[in-house]
Amino acid sequence: MNRIGRSLRGFAAFWRDFIVGDDWRIAAGVIVALGLTAALAMTTVPTWWLMPIAVALLLASSLWRAVRASQR
Amino acid sequence: MRDFLLVLAVFVACVVESVEALTIVLAVGVTRGWHATMRGVAAGLLSLAVIVAALGPALTVIPINALRLVVGGLLLVFGLGWLRKAILRASGFKDLHDEDAIYQRQREAAEHAEHTGLFGDSYSFTLAFKGVLLEGLEVAFIVLTFGANQHNIPLACVGAVAAIVLVTGVGIAIRAPLARVPENTLKFVVGVLLTSFGMFWGVEGAGGSWPGSDAALLGIIAFILGGALAAVAWLRRVRAEQSARARVDAEPLVVGQS
Repeated sequence: MNRIGRSLRGFAAFWRDFIVGDDWRIAAGVIVALGLTAALAMTTVPTWWLMPIAVALLLASSLWRAVRASQR
Repeated sequence: MRDFLLVLAVFVACVVESVEALTIVLAVGVTRGWHATMRGVAAGLLSLAVIVAALGPALTVIPINALRLVVGGLLLVFGLGWLRKAILRASGFKDLHDEDAIYQRQREAAEHAEHTGLFGDSYSFTLAFKGVLLEGLEVAFIVLTFGANQHNIPLACVGAVAAIVLVTGVGIAIRAPLARVPENTLKFVVGVLLTSFGMFWGVEGAGGSWPGSDAALLGIIAFILGGALAAVAWLRRVRAEQSARARVDAEPLVVGQS
């Protein structure tokens, strides 16, 4: 039972690393941005501009966090 | 004349889709190795063949936007991860060769998955599989919709096969020159491409649309590439300031020792 639990935890950790990677905030931000795009698509407002802004902000903030972490 | 136009339209549309799949396969294969990537391609083609054979013309009812949303979202997450690491390496905040060590650690942590998996590097396999399956489905939609409209699906198939053969030939020809490009440069480019494709498909899958349709992809790639290069320049300046400050802080110690 213990071995199965360890295997399952290892399997879950592998997929978390595989999909989420080094910064979970990027994955969470992408999900939120896609959700907002989908919500915007239900209105008459153009949708294409939202994702480039979201991606620029997500990347810049993730890089800044990595730089700050390297200073500590 | 109508037959020629049908073949031409399907050929051009399928060249666009095939180039998208080829870009992903080449990017992953050159940077992470061909073994798992080609298995991903083979599995993608096999799944595609099974889906097309099982569903036939009913294929057009598959919710392609849902597929685009999932694939686009995952590519965006993977692409931003690659781009982040490549920018940090290019600006000196990360070692150039730490990827192998990280990958090795992940492999050890993923022992369970590796033992049960038949595909080697799951990352390469999954990316190649998704790229080929999604683009392949789009090629199948094009053939079915164009062919059914003109009641000539076999002729539409001719245009699609010609496009796939041409793009595959180009891919084989440029594979060797690509392998000589420095590793981090390639990873940087792969990050830009995965993020761009992810953004493009993600927005379309979420129900949005891009000005200029498929042509918008070029604008997106230019936007991501420009932003990434600007980030490298910015972080190199930050790194240079940090190094200068560290030198100034260390100076009195050096003087005191001499």
